[in-house]
Amino acid sequence: MKRLLILGAGTAGTMVANKLRPKLDESEWNITVVDQDETHYYQPGFLFMPFGEYTRKDLEKPKQELIHDGIDVVMAEVDAVDATASTVTLANGDAITYDYLVIATGTSPRPAETPGLASDEWYKSVFDFYTIDGAEALAAKLADWEGGKLVVNIVEMPIKCPVAPMEFLFLAEAFFDEKGLGDKVELEYVTPLPAAFTKPIAAKHLGEMLEERHISVEPDFMLESVDTKARKLISYDEREVAYDLLVTIPVNMGADFVGRSGLGDELNHVPVDKHTFVSKDHANIFALGDAAALPTSKAGSVAHFSVDVFVENFMEYIEGRPMHEKYDGHANCFVEAGRGKGMLIDFNYDTEPLPGMYPVPVVGPFSLLKETRTNHFGKLMAKWMYWNLLLPGRPLPLRSEMSLAGKHVELLAETSEATADTDDFPIPQFTNTGGN
Amino acid sequence: MPVATFAGTDVTVDTEGFMTDHKEWSEDIGTFLAGQIGIELTDRHWEVIRFMREDYAEQGTSPTLRRVSAVGGVPTKELFTLFPKKPAKKMAYIAGVPKPQGCV
Repeated sequence: MKRLLILGAGTAGTMVANKLRPKLDESEWNITVVDQDETHYYQPGFLFMPFGEYTRKDLEKPKQELIHDGIDVVMAEVDAVDATASTVTLANGDAITYDYLVIATGTSPRPAETPGLASDEWYKSVFDFYTIDGAEALAAKLADWEGGKLVVNIVEMPIKCPVAPMEFLFLAEAFFDEKGLGDKVELEYVTPLPAAFTKPIAAKHLGEMLEERHISVEPDFMLESVDTKARKLISYDEREVAYDLLVTIPVNMGADFVGRSGLGDELNHVPVDKHTFVSKDHANIFALGDAAALPTSKAGSVAHFSVDVFVENFMEYIEGRPMHEKYDGHANCFVEAGRGKGMLIDFNYDTEPLPGMYPVPVVGPFSLLKETRTNHFGKLMAKWMYWNLLLPGRPLPLRSEMSLAGKHVELLAETSEATADTDDFPIPQFTNTGGN
Repeated sequence: MPVATFAGTDVTVDTEGFMTDHKEWSEDIGTFLAGQIGIELTDRHWEVIRFMREDYAEQGTSPTLRRVSAVGGVPTKELFTLFPKKPAKKMAYIAGVPKPQGCV
């Protein structure tokens, strides 16, 4: 009997197990999933909780119920992976051997990584919203907050769902305006990035959206510490930003056992081939979803498209044939803009988010990089699709490979002009542009 | 790809002037590029530049500030002193490795 062992029953792990079970002969293959938490949360919903749109019970389901029959589920903490012995040891002392291992244990916020951040002000004047507890505590805080300066800070990249901090600000602006606190609340976005987003065309659109809402931006801010008594952020280059209420997106790190087992980078994310997800060091280990160190967003859509590619490839791989599918870095994200509108961005390793239309049969098309009500509806519909189509491994009308159909590709030629981040860097005299 | 002349040598660069082939780099080019962004290289700068180049050759991606600090052993605070304001970008520029991908 061969064993596929999957660590983590989140988005990627659950999908892989459910999609591979019908493909792998039950008399030959055991599939085992290990996870330490009983509850699966619909994480995109956390963004809405601080504004009273969801409560905990709207976003949770028991993990066991989401994993299909014929798959073994072990509820335990992983202690370490011994890659040379192809064995995983659990914190309870048990050991599980594997033929193939999928690491899908995600990434999580680590406030303790930043001096001062996880102080006695945690969930008093300092909150996160990427955890169910943080989102819930922040909802209670915002319900009777009387105003002041609210700062949203990304401590360090990469983070999961990198557009969510901006969505939080868009939703906050609409929320306070509706409560009649528009004049009493000042919003500021403090980011280590040189602009609202890394990719120039989307950065320009998102930057304009922030400006329209009078949300100020402090770019290139690398946080060194937080003084929670004086309520200020201090950067490595000694800039200070004061706040009354801090919404932090702490350093994101992969699971500790990844680091302990020598399988991770400095942030415990697993280095893998960016097209096939096979570990750079071990041919029978894969990493999927947020756990993988990939040069694309850590997002549910990436987990989804990666799993589609992985499942096809895995069936070839176990028979010793070359893997034919190549993941292209495809990601798409609905961006909530507030006041019942949303925007969609769609991109991959090579093509940045562009304006245009995103064709989807029946429910689409959706407008790209433009605020519309259809896009907001798309975001809300995503929760139903997540539980009922995505996790069970049913087909979705979305291709894993990015398409240029409907996109304004001509804007790519203007990309270099859209880059506002060349201030200190002299553009050289080109002696030859090679026909570009 | 555009071509630019750095310290008397023709090299391929991207539209922002970052070198696209780290093998075309030389120490003279490093000194020239540092001068372009107002940095005079000390021994400590060179330690960082050498780490950037070795790590890029091994890993295939330009190291992040966290990696230069954790693996290269130069604290982030010091990197901000050596390469003010935008250390990740400046280190890559001088070391002749691609502009850090930024994170998407």
